Order: sequence, then structure tokens, then C-alpha cells
Amino acid sequence: MTDNRKLIKIATAGSVDDGKSTLIGRLLYDTNSLTTDKIEAIQRNSKQKGFDYLDFSLATDGLVAEREQGITIDVAHIYFSTEKANYIIADTPGHVEYTRNMVTGASTSQVAIILIDARKGVIEQTYRHFFINNLLRVSHIVVAINKMDLVEYDEETYLKIKEDFEVLIKKSNYTSDQISFIPVSALNGDNIAQKSEKMSWYVGNSLLDHLEVLEPSDLQESTAARFAVQYVIRPKTSSYHDFRGFSGKLHGGRLAVGDDITVLPSFTQSRIKTIEFFDQEYDEALPGSSVTITLEDEVNVSRGDMLVKSDELPTSEKQLSAIICQVNRKPLTVGSKLILQHGVNSVLAKVDSIESVIHTDFSGEEATEKLSLNDIGKVNFRLSKPIHFDSYVNNKNNGSFILIDEATLDTVSVGFIN
Amino acid sequence: MSNIFIPNPKEAESIHIIREVAAQFEKPVLLFSGGKDSITLVRLAQKAFYPARIPFPLLHIDTGHNFPETIEFRDQLVAELGLELIVRNVQDAIDQGKVREEKGRYSSRNTLQTTTLLDAIEEFKFDACIGGARRDEEKARAKERIFSVRDDFGQWDEKNQRPELFDMLNGRIHQGQNVRVFPISNWTELDVWEYIKTEKIKIPSIYFAHKREVFMRDGMIWTANEHVYREQHEQVLEEMVRFRTVGDMTCTAAVFSQAETLDAVVEEIRASTISERGARIDDKRSESAMENRKKVGYF
Repeated sequence: MTDNRKLIKIATAGSVDDGKSTLIGRLLYDTNSLTTDKIEAIQRNSKQKGFDYLDFSLATDGLVAEREQGITIDVAHIYFSTEKANYIIADTPGHVEYTRNMVTGASTSQVAIILIDARKGVIEQTYRHFFINNLLRVSHIVVAINKMDLVEYDEETYLKIKEDFEVLIKKSNYTSDQISFIPVSALNGDNIAQKSEKMSWYVGNSLLDHLEVLEPSDLQESTAARFAVQYVIRPKTSSYHDFRGFSGKLHGGRLAVGDDITVLPSFTQSRIKTIEFFDQEYDEALPGSSVTITLEDEVNVSRGDMLVKSDELPTSEKQLSAIICQVNRKPLTVGSKLILQHGVNSVLAKVDSIESVIHTDFSGEEATEKLSLNDIGKVNFRLSKPIHFDSYVNNKNNGSFILIDEATLDTVSVGFIN
Repeated sequence: MSNIFIPNPKEAESIHIIREVAAQFEKPVLLFSGGKDSITLVRLAQKAFYPARIPFPLLHIDTGHNFPETIEFRDQLVAELGLELIVRNVQDAIDQGKVREEKGRYSSRNTLQTTTLLDAIEEFKFDACIGGARRDEEKARAKERIFSVRDDFGQWDEKNQRPELFDMLNGRIHQGQNVRVFPISNWTELDVWEYIKTEKIKIPSIYFAHKREVFMRDGMIWTANEHVYREQHEQVLEEMVRFRTVGDMTCTAAVFSQAETLDAVVEEIRASTISERGARIDDKRSESAMENRKKVGYF
């Protein structure tokens, strides 16, 4: 595609009444991303409800139950673009019981917007939202201090909240350059797409300008190349009689023709012969490429195997320590047997021990027997076969996994490998 | 000179999803409507498995009220790429008395497609149906997962969806269940058009401005022909129009347009102030029209 604008994926987090949906609605409105028929629907609905302003939350709250209760209960995806970038927002619910949705939204995002109600300041919910972003290492955080109109655009209020939040930063893995504070009024559009005249004391960018200047390099990890084979391509036609291509998505680093590679789990060595995409061949592929690779030698490679550079081997183990977030009502208990899906590879896993449940307000951890829905804890596993992983900190895709219940086949947990 | 492959993130994601379908399921199928989104899916599937052929068939649920241009296009595409095409007809379900044809002013076979689709899934034991739905189309679709599990009755349980973390897709299902897969979930309408343009993908002629016999109703431009119910006072005019979405004739309204080339169409969409589904008569039935249809197994 000729579209070389950067793609920025954002997750939003906030409590029920922080005005998250309003903020997103305002971003859409101010970037001319709402079409006339949608704006008319918003006007109609706002009037019906007797509001004297436009209720932009109606642009994002999609399900009937949400419209009835006026809250967001599931991750919704919203798209908009400017001349400089394409954006995807994962709008996640702010209730305590919906931690799993926040984790889901954060897992695919590079930027998180944490909303704080200027009247309430940093509350327990803020701790939790920040904790999850810290756990998932979302690259950049914007703390949007909202409803500034309700505190008379007061600088002192803003500074106090910023100061409170900075205490949290010290407890996290973040450095202060990864976190920005912006005072906004989503309802009135202050510091959303345009700088607010009502807060001349604020010298930074508006929210949108702030997102526009983020560089992809600020947002992407660069580590070792990991190529998990999804599907073996064997055309079996006369012109491609001996073709055996390994297709998959490249994560972490680059791969180039001529690279010495090792196939896991067999530890067979070979060299990259071609890197192909559709009817073209390339010398090199960047992370994020869904390409097809052929090897110099006839090696046995099947789905779930991983190609890595021979001098960048991952850890291969049958024992695993990870931080788990429970995303299903069925609790995780010691002795449970589950399917562990690591990328496109699956093995069986048994819970050896559960060390602790971690308090998501940065107040420490305590011993536990089980992890219930929305709990985050430290768990040790034994696996039926080794998996080939990196720590989550070094490679998000190769350092995470999901657990699947053998009976219901539902995804019940997500894990971040230590 | 080094020739580096720089991925388009949305295309790369879609191809990853399509390959997961081929790897995780026994009998996948691509739901093909002849519209631009399903045509884009075909191109993505081609790329995903090249130089091998697409390892699953196309399924078209024919309402009998499709634009003839769409059907002609479909048959050409299938012949050109050597694809396997399965067609099932809504007319058969009507003849068998499984569904009853709607009558009157807003009658359409659009909702009747669901029965034929579910019957086809059962007949061929399809376990994964790849569709061209996008989250930006409609707000209930914004909540849809990429792998969306449906029960034996094809129903969508929107409050109990599997979380999708990172790019790991869990397509494990029980006997009788099937999965609807949406590889272009994260594309916008403009993304699709720009892709069609750069990839030089052929699309049916009705997407371009052409002269057509139409009539006006409720501020929308309806096709005038024997399949579309029309009252006597609703006068037939000849206008330059094109279609932004291609569904059944009875539920797809046209827009006035002079855009006769792809460049002109893309420009027109960029400048447009009406959303794509604003010209879908089926969505106007109520605020939750789409959500209600999805729950019972619609595409």
C-alpha cells in the first residue's frame, strides 16, 4: 500500500464517569471523522435525553446494554486518521470487574490514554489502570486530566494531580519521558485537537498534536528476530514442484537472505534462501512482515516451529514462571491442566504453584491458592514440551501466551513470561 | 542494492489471520458477496498462500436480487483465479417454505439470507466462515472479535466473547460450533479503497458512476426494477449514480455521483460526509438493527 502514514494504536482507560467516550467522540468530531449522518444521530439522541450539549459518548457506545446503562462494557475499536497518521483506539471499560478488557486493549496498543477526573484526582482506579499499562509495558502513556472546565481551568488542581501521579511513576518501570500530562475538557474540546485558550498556563501540546509527533521508533521494541511458522506452503504444481515455503509473521527484528538460522525445536541449522511476499522476492524483511521464507536445505519444518538467527537463540524450557491475568470466570488453581498457546504453537501446561496475587494498586502481593477473574498473580508451570520464548520485557509477542480451558475451549488466562 | 520488504501493518495482520484460518480449521470457507470487501479478502487470501492456490472455496448466498453486474463479475473472478465457488440460493429456502418472502414497501430478501447461510454451513460442515465485515462500518461491529465463535444456531453471544490478546487467535471449537472470521476488522472504508487502487484490483462496474433507472424514497436513491417494490406515485428517473456498498438491490441505495474512475471514487469517499452504511436501508430499521441481526447468525 502506498499509505506510509504511521499507524498508532491507542488504548483508553478511565473510570465509569471520567468521560472517556466523550473524549474519543470529541477526537473524532475535531478531526472531521464523524460523518453527517452520525453527527445527526448524536444530535437527535442528545436532544431526546434532554442534554443541552452534544453527547459524543453516543458515537462509541455500541451495544444496546451500553446505551441503556450509559456505560461501556466491552472493548470497542474506533478508527480515525489525520494527514500524518492512522489511529486505532481500543476503548476499554473502566470498571474493576472489566480488568480483562483493559488487558486485552493494552495488549495491542503502543499508547495508553489514562483519564483522570480533575475534581476527583488520582483514585484507586487510576492506580489500577496505570498498573496494567506498566505490566504490559505499553510504550507511552498520556495522562489526560479531564473536566478541567469543572474546576475553572485551575492550574493548581492540575499540578496537584500531576504530583500525585509522579509518585506512582517512581513505583513503575517507566521513565518520565514516557509519560505526558495534558489538562483537557473533552466536553468543550479544550486541548483535544486545539490548544485551549482557557489554560494559557499549560505550555505543552494538545492531545492530538502530542500523538501526531510520536515517532514509531518511540513505540516499537527492537530485539531478536522471531519467525513462528504458521503454515507450510506447498503448491504441488508443475512450476513449483519442489517449493516448500514457511509462512508466518516476523516479530522483534529483521531477517535477511543468507542469514544463518536455527529451526526450533529441532535445532536444525540452515540458511535463508529467499524471502517472498506474493509474487516478489526481497533481500530483507522488517518486523511485522507476514512473509514466506524458503531455506537452503531440505529441513523438516512444520506449523508451530520457530526460525531464529543462530546467534540469537531464545530460551527453551519445560518450566515457566509468568505473571498471569485471569480473564475468565473459571479460576486458575494449582494442579489445573490447560492448553498453553504461545504464538501459533500449543503445548499442555500444568499449574505447579501459585506464588501470589499481586495488588494492582502497587501495594504489594499476598499468598493465594487460586486466581479468580481479573486477578493478576505469579504462577509457575510445567509443560508437556519445551517452548522457545523470550522474557516479555524483551519481546512482547514471544514473551506472552494464553491459556485455554480443555473443557470449554475458552481463553481463560494471559501470561507474561518473566 | 538492498531490496527491503516494508510491511503494511493492516495487510500483514489480515494475512496472518487468513493463514491462521487455514491452519486451525478443517473446512473453512470465504463468504463472497461480490462486494469490494470480499473482493479484497480474495486478494489477501491469494497473497497469503502464494504460490499455492487459496486452500478453501468461496460461498455466495444468492438472494436472486443481486445486481446482474455483481454476478457477472463473480463468475469472471472465479474463472480467472481458478477458485472453487459454491452458490446457495435464498429462492430455494422460500420454495421449501423455510422462510417467507417479505411483502410491501420495504420488502427485502436481506434478512432471509441468514437461513440459507446457516443451511449451507450445515450442509458442507464449514467450521470457519471468513467474512469481509469491518469494525468501522457500524457500531455493533466495532465490538466484534476477529475469531467470533457461533453456537449450533449460528448465534453471536456478544456479552461472552473470548478476549483476543496480542495476535494470538484461539479457534478451538466444539462439534457443531463454527467461527466467523473477520480478517479486515481493522480496515476502514478508505483503507479498502486505497488498497484496491494501489493493488489495481478489479471491482464490479456498479461501484463507478453510471446511468441507472432509479426512484426516490425517504431521501434515498432506490434502483427501479422488478425486484424492488415501488408505489405508483414513486416516479422513475434516469440519473448518474454509483453504489458505495453492494448488497441486495432491495436494500442498497445508490448515491449521486460523477466518479467514473477509481481515482475519482477514492476522492469522493475521502470528501464524503455520509457514512457508508448510511446508504444501507437494512440498517435504518432501528438503532440496533445490526446487533439484532448478528445475534441470530447474520454475516
